[in-house]
Amino acid sequence: MEMWMKITYAILLGMMVLFLWPRAKHMIANSPKASGSDWKSVLLPLLGVVLFVMLLISMV
Amino acid sequence: MYQNERVIGRTSESALATNKVLRNTYTMLSMTLMFSALMAGISMVMNVGFMANLIAFGGSIVLLWFVLPRTANSSAGVAVVFAITGLLGFGLGPILNMYMGMSNGAQVIMTALGGTGVIFLSLSAYALTTKRDFSFLGGMLFVGFIVVLLAAVANIFMNIPALSLTISAVVILLMSGFILYDTSRIINGGETNYLLATVSLYLSIYNIFVHLLHLLGALGGDD
Repeated sequence: MEMWMKITYAILLGMMVLFLWPRAKHMIANSPKASGSDWKSVLLPLLGVVLFVMLLISMV
Repeated sequence: MYQNERVIGRTSESALATNKVLRNTYTMLSMTLMFSALMAGISMVMNVGFMANLIAFGGSIVLLWFVLPRTANSSAGVAVVFAITGLLGFGLGPILNMYMGMSNGAQVIMTALGGTGVIFLSLSAYALTTKRDFSFLGGMLFVGFIVVLLAAVANIFMNIPALSLTISAVVILLMSGFILYDTSRIINGGETNYLLATVSLYLSIYNIFVHLLHLLGALGGDD
């Protein structure tokens, strides 16, 4: 990839960070607190995704 | 008694509204995914270069940030959503052509496509059946996404393959979390605009597909 393309991609991604930062700050301040069972209900499907991706990698 | 009827009436009204948003979101999502695939096919046939990917990426970001928020509550929003997804699909053409150049490229692409479908459908079914509120994930997902973006910016110049693969793995997990978060927001009434809901879910699916493609292409056997 040429250097000017790398710089353009970096600028676009950097703009995304600047754009998302205020929203992330707001979300951190206003997200409800999670209980242990809440985290379990998220980690279980995410573990499923990890195992599934590993299966796909072994298949190709 | 009368009050109870009013409460039941309001609850069923709210459930109907939620069902309508959910139905419209999935209808719109399936149409935009088909349109996106069509645009990807066109750009593959045209054999466009990576410059097209850059322009499509930049164009879709401009539409996503500056045009969609102003049109999301009008019929023009539908055209904007199709333009965003069409541009992102068109930008996929050069990436897919690069993978088609590999000896097992077609298998890698089809596996990534099928895998993305399975991940999306399973997570959506999980969020819909458990009806849990995943709004607590919001802050963590956004911060995680910003960290990944910063790592991606650094890796554009450092070009470390291990970091690139780590970023892809983390993006797949983050986008899986976003599918749970966005679906739960629709179910629990946090998102009432089906166009915004469609774009959120589309971006999760798009990112899972692109990064699964990257992982499979790099870690899968090429023989």
